[in-house]
Amino acid sequence: MLAYVIKRLIAIPFLLLGVASVSFMLSQMTKGDPLAALVPERMMSNTEVVAAVKAEWGLDKPLPVRYAAYLGNLVQGDLGTSFATRRPVAADIAQRLPATLELVVCAMIVGTTLGLSLGLLSAKYRGSVVDSLARMVALVGSSLPIFWSGLILLYLFSVRLSIVPGTGRLPARVDPPPDVTGFYTIDSLIAGDLSLFLQSIAHLALPAFVLGWAVTGIITRLVRSSLIEGMAQDYARTARAKGAPEHVVLINHALPNAMIPLLTILGFTFAYLITGAVLTEAIFSWPGIGSYAVRAASSLDYPAIGGVTIVGSVAFLLANLLTDIGYAWANPRIRVH
Amino acid sequence: MTELVSSSDAVKRARFNGLKWLMRRLPLTSKIGAAILLFWIIAVLTVSFWPIDDPLAMVGRRLQPPSGDYWLGTDALGRDVLSRTLHGSVWSIPIAFVVVFCAVVIGSAMGAVAGFFGGWWDSIIMRLVDVTVSFPPILLAMAVAAMLGPGLANASIAMVIVWWPIYARLMRAQVLEMRERDHVEAAVAGGAGPFRVLTIHVLPLCWTPTLINATMDFGQVVLLAASLSFIGLGATPPSPEWGSMISEGAARFYNWWIAFGPGMAILSVVLASSFLGDGLRDVFDRRST
Repeated sequence: MLAYVIKRLIAIPFLLLGVASVSFMLSQMTKGDPLAALVPERMMSNTEVVAAVKAEWGLDKPLPVRYAAYLGNLVQGDLGTSFATRRPVAADIAQRLPATLELVVCAMIVGTTLGLSLGLLSAKYRGSVVDSLARMVALVGSSLPIFWSGLILLYLFSVRLSIVPGTGRLPARVDPPPDVTGFYTIDSLIAGDLSLFLQSIAHLALPAFVLGWAVTGIITRLVRSSLIEGMAQDYARTARAKGAPEHVVLINHALPNAMIPLLTILGFTFAYLITGAVLTEAIFSWPGIGSYAVRAASSLDYPAIGGVTIVGSVAFLLANLLTDIGYAWANPRIRVH
Repeated sequence: MTELVSSSDAVKRARFNGLKWLMRRLPLTSKIGAAILLFWIIAVLTVSFWPIDDPLAMVGRRLQPPSGDYWLGTDALGRDVLSRTLHGSVWSIPIAFVVVFCAVVIGSAMGAVAGFFGGWWDSIIMRLVDVTVSFPPILLAMAVAAMLGPGLANASIAMVIVWWPIYARLMRAQVLEMRERDHVEAAVAGGAGPFRVLTIHVLPLCWTPTLINATMDFGQVVLLAASLSFIGLGATPPSPEWGSMISEGAARFYNWWIAFGPGMAILSVVLASSFLGDGLRDVFDRRST
C-alpha cells in the first residue's frame, strides 16, 4: 500500500506542473486584450501610459521569461494581482475560502445523509413504489440545473413561504462573528452568540440543501447497488441462518460493506460539488470562491480566473489523493500489494 | 447488381429487426427518455413552422404570469416564454450533439492510439489526459471560455476540451482488452498491418461503452452549456438559449415563470438522456451493471 501511495504522491507535483502550464498557456491565448481591463479607454492612445501599465504588469517581457516568472511566483504562493480588485488573487481567495468550505461541508453532510437514507430505503423496499420514488428523487437532484433549482426554491421558500431568509451568509447590517475559523456557524458558537449561530444556519440551510441534493443521486445509486449486492453475499446468508432479521442484516452487515465503495466516489462527488458550488454561490450571493470565479470570468479578470482554476485543481487533486489513500487503507486487496 | 440490392435490403431488414429487438428489451423509462429526446430533435428541425409566437418579438404585455394566452407567461420585454423555450432547443440540442460528437471522435482516436501502440504514444497521451482531468470541469470550461472570449462556439470548444479525456480512457481500456483476443493474433499472423488490425479487427468491437456513455453525457453537456451561458460565457442575451433565459429570470427574481420553462426543458433533456443511457447499458453491457 505504501508503494501505491508513494506512486500517487510522486505524480502530484508533475500534475501540478501540468496544471500550472495549462493555466499559463490559457492566460497567454486570451483573445480579449488584458490591457482593455487595465487602461481606461480614453488613455489607450497615450503610448506612455500603455507602456507604463505594460511594464507594471509584466506584459512587455518575452514569453519564456513570463512563464518562468509565473512558475516562480506560483511556488511562492503568489497567484498574481486581480485586475478588478487590484489585490493579490491569493489574498482574495484566502478571504473567500472559508465561505465556500462551510457551504461545501454542509452540502456534503446533507448529500451523504440524504443519499444514505434514500439508498437504504430503496434497497430495503427493492422493486416497490418506495424504491422508484427514492431513486427518482435522487436522479432528479443530479439532473437539475442547480442555478435554476436554487432560484425556484429560493423564490418558493424565501419569498412565498418566508421559511428561510434571503441570500448571503448573514442578514444585511449584521456583523459577522470574530474571525477564528472563518466558518460563521463555528465562530458564532465560539463567541457564544446563539442568535447569530441560528441566523447563519438559516442562511446556510437552503444553499446547502440545493448543493447537497445535487450529489445525492450518485450516493443513492451507489449505496443501493452495493446494499443489494451485499444482501446476496454469503455473509448475509450466514447472518440470516443465525436468525438475524432482515433489517439487522441490512444495517449491521450490508451497510458497513457499502461504505468502501462510497469512499471511492468521494473524489468524484467533489467534482460535482465544485461545479455546484460555483453556480449555487452565484444564485445565493454567497461570498465564496465560486461567485468570485463567476465575477472574474464574466469581467475577463484573467489572473483571478487562473488563480481560482489552480486552487480548485489543487483541492481536486488532494481530494482524489485522499480518496485513493482511503480506499487503499479500507480495501485489504490493495493494502497488501 | 440484383445481389447488391437484395443484400442491402437484408441489411435494412436486419436493422429494422434490431430496432424492434431493442425496443422490446428497453425498460419503460428508457422508452420515455427516447420519446422526449425525439420530441426535442423534431422541435429543433421544425420549430420555425410551429404556430407559436416569434421568440424575439414583443407580443404581449411585459411580465405577465402564465395564463391561457401565454402558457408560461411573458418576460421583461413582453416575449412569450413558451415560444422562447421551444426555440431554445435549436441552440442547446445541436450544440450538445456537436460537443459529444467531437469529444467522442477526438477522445476515442487518442485512446485507441494510446492503447494500441503503447509505449511513448501511451505515455504522452495519457499524461495529457491526467493533466486535463486534474481540473475541476466547470473551472476548466470557464477558464477556456473566458480566454477564448464569450460566445457559444468558444463555449463548445471549452466543453470538448473538458470531455475528450473521458472517451480517451474508455477507448484505451477497451482497446487494451481487445488487443489480446485470439482473432487479433490471427490477423497479425495473417500479415495484417497495424493500421488494418486496429481499424478492422479491434475498433469495431470497442464502441459499446463509448456509445452508452455518450448517450448519458448528452444531457450533462446540455447542462454545462446552459451553466456557461448562465454565467455569461455562452450564448448572449437576445438569443433564446436556455441558460441565458434562466439568467434573465434570475435578474427578475420575483417573476419566477421567466426561468421556469427553460429550467424544465433542461431537466427533461438531462433526465431523458440518463434514462435512455441506463437502459442501453442494461441491454448491451451487462458486465458494468
